[in-house]
Amino acid sequence: MTDISQNITVSRASKASYIAAILGAVILVALVTAPLWAGRAELRLMGEIFLYLALASLWNLMAGYAGLVSVGQQAYVGFGGYMLFALTMFGGLHPIAAIGLAGVLGILIAIPVAFLIFRLRGAYFAIGTWVMAEVFRLSFAQVSALGGGSGSSLPVAIVRSLADGRQAREWTSYWLALGVVVVVITAVFLLLRSRRGLALSAIRDNELAAGSLGIDIWATKFVVYIVTGGLTAMVGALIFLQKLRISPDAAFSVNDWTAFVIFIVVIGGIGTLEGPIIGTLVFFALRETLADLGTTYLIILGLVAIIIMLKAPKGIWGLIRDRYDLQLFPLGYRVSQSKSDERS
Amino acid sequence: MEWVNAILQGTLLGGLYALFAAGLSLIFGVMRLVNIAHGDLIVLAAYLGLTVTSTIGVHPLLALAIVVPAMALIGYVLQRGILNFTLGDDLLPPLLVTFGLSVILQNALLEVYTADPQKMNAGALETASIPVGDLAVGVLPLLTFAFAIAVIAALQFVFYRTALGRAFRAVSDNQDIAQLMGLNRRHIFGLAMALALAVTAIAGILLGIRTSFDPSSGGGRLIFGFEAVIIGGLGNLWGTLAGGVILGVAQNIGAQINPGWQLLAGHLAFLVVLAIRPRGLFPRISG
Repeated sequence: MTDISQNITVSRASKASYIAAILGAVILVALVTAPLWAGRAELRLMGEIFLYLALASLWNLMAGYAGLVSVGQQAYVGFGGYMLFALTMFGGLHPIAAIGLAGVLGILIAIPVAFLIFRLRGAYFAIGTWVMAEVFRLSFAQVSALGGGSGSSLPVAIVRSLADGRQAREWTSYWLALGVVVVVITAVFLLLRSRRGLALSAIRDNELAAGSLGIDIWATKFVVYIVTGGLTAMVGALIFLQKLRISPDAAFSVNDWTAFVIFIVVIGGIGTLEGPIIGTLVFFALRETLADLGTTYLIILGLVAIIIMLKAPKGIWGLIRDRYDLQLFPLGYRVSQSKSDERS
Repeated sequence: MEWVNAILQGTLLGGLYALFAAGLSLIFGVMRLVNIAHGDLIVLAAYLGLTVTSTIGVHPLLALAIVVPAMALIGYVLQRGILNFTLGDDLLPPLLVTFGLSVILQNALLEVYTADPQKMNAGALETASIPVGDLAVGVLPLLTFAFAIAVIAALQFVFYRTALGRAFRAVSDNQDIAQLMGLNRRHIFGLAMALALAVTAIAGILLGIRTSFDPSSGGGRLIFGFEAVIIGGLGNLWGTLAGGVILGVAQNIGAQINPGWQLLAGHLAFLVVLAIRPRGLFPRISG
């Protein structure tokens, strides 16, 4: 007859999440100091991994939590890339300032886009985002100052202004990539921990129920969409700072910036923060071993994604979590009962 | 006169877009599935047509006799083998599985046929035209438009006048009750996909005669079909034809102003309709 509430504690963190936090901090320190111990090729590869991880975490936030399945995120990647080129070449901005401003402009352009494509539901929303990306691609191909359809290269003077010397530039570029992925994952984590994040998790689990509890579904999705757009534009600016060359077809490539990202999230586990991390590692492991196969590699990737979606829709992390009840990022709430009362 | 010509040619082009869209619309109407691989399936049909014409040396339009049943079979197997397992309340599985399918199809086509653009040779049909006043109307675009009207009329007949159509409408309205009434919805969905891909086969062959295609051209075809569906209004097949015509006319008018604006003008027409009439011009069902 005891009051049951007295024997129950609710916690967010678990032992696993504490260990994960400590391990994460150690790994972060190792990654920050990577230029001291890794070679040039490894730095470049790691930089690319970080950028893909950032894209995957952002896509996961939209599709996995807000139910906004977009196949048009290349719109923002390409937009960010082009903004980097335009702002440095014509605005005279320092590349790092241009990356930040590209993010702000990404949010501003995402607002009218959201008003239009939010009129489409579900799968039609997905194709609508693709149409938007095509509109972006065709529009930038019309801007002759940015090289029109054939694109342009970043002038040497602007590249030099990033840092003195090749090594310093490579290090800066690496740290920027690491910085952006830390910012993105932290932002997603904090958003999901917040009141809005609780609303998002509710929408993910059951949109109808979430709506009936008074959550403004439209506004919540809108905020997620424009924030994702801005951050994706920043990542895009960084991607093309590394590539030093931009063209409409490369900047708005649906395969490079959306298909791969979707496969990463699906394979790793959609709707979890850990999923994109695992998916990115698996994706790059597959790519480094199978890339010589060319098209066959992409066929294998597509097959793996289909099989996972049909047989284990929660992805690799979903399987691990179901098996071991693990959560590395303390997002959920855990209810535990003190041991002495277990008999009653 | 140039403008009248642009509108006329755009209207006829709209027939091709309506053929792209009809399969998409049918599938959505019956099982609420949006097939991202639809464009790649159109391109697959074009390649199948190419193989048939080059191996047995028949005219592309005669190749339809082989490609249409072949695509219908592929559709049935695809639906029963994979897509049926993705249907449910959750939107993600069908979307992501068809997206994966799209990437697989593109790369498989790349492997088999290389990235070189291909085209089907239809002989005199490609250049034949009928003079109408000062204008010349191509026989092929006219034939394409006639095909579009015939296909939509046939689909409309199947949907509203036959037992199969009744089954389609029943599973579309309520899958569980249709199942209780003795319909096997897995089989019905298989038949719907077979019918949709049969239409896709016609679209693919006509595409392959009209322009060159390569393994990566599927995405663009999907987008045109999708825009025609949304402009016309969900679930309305004749509306889809109207949507295709609007899209074709907008593209040709854009191209008339500046060749670089052709595709952009089509997309803008779509966005304007989306902004003014989000449910399309002639909606039948809600999305």
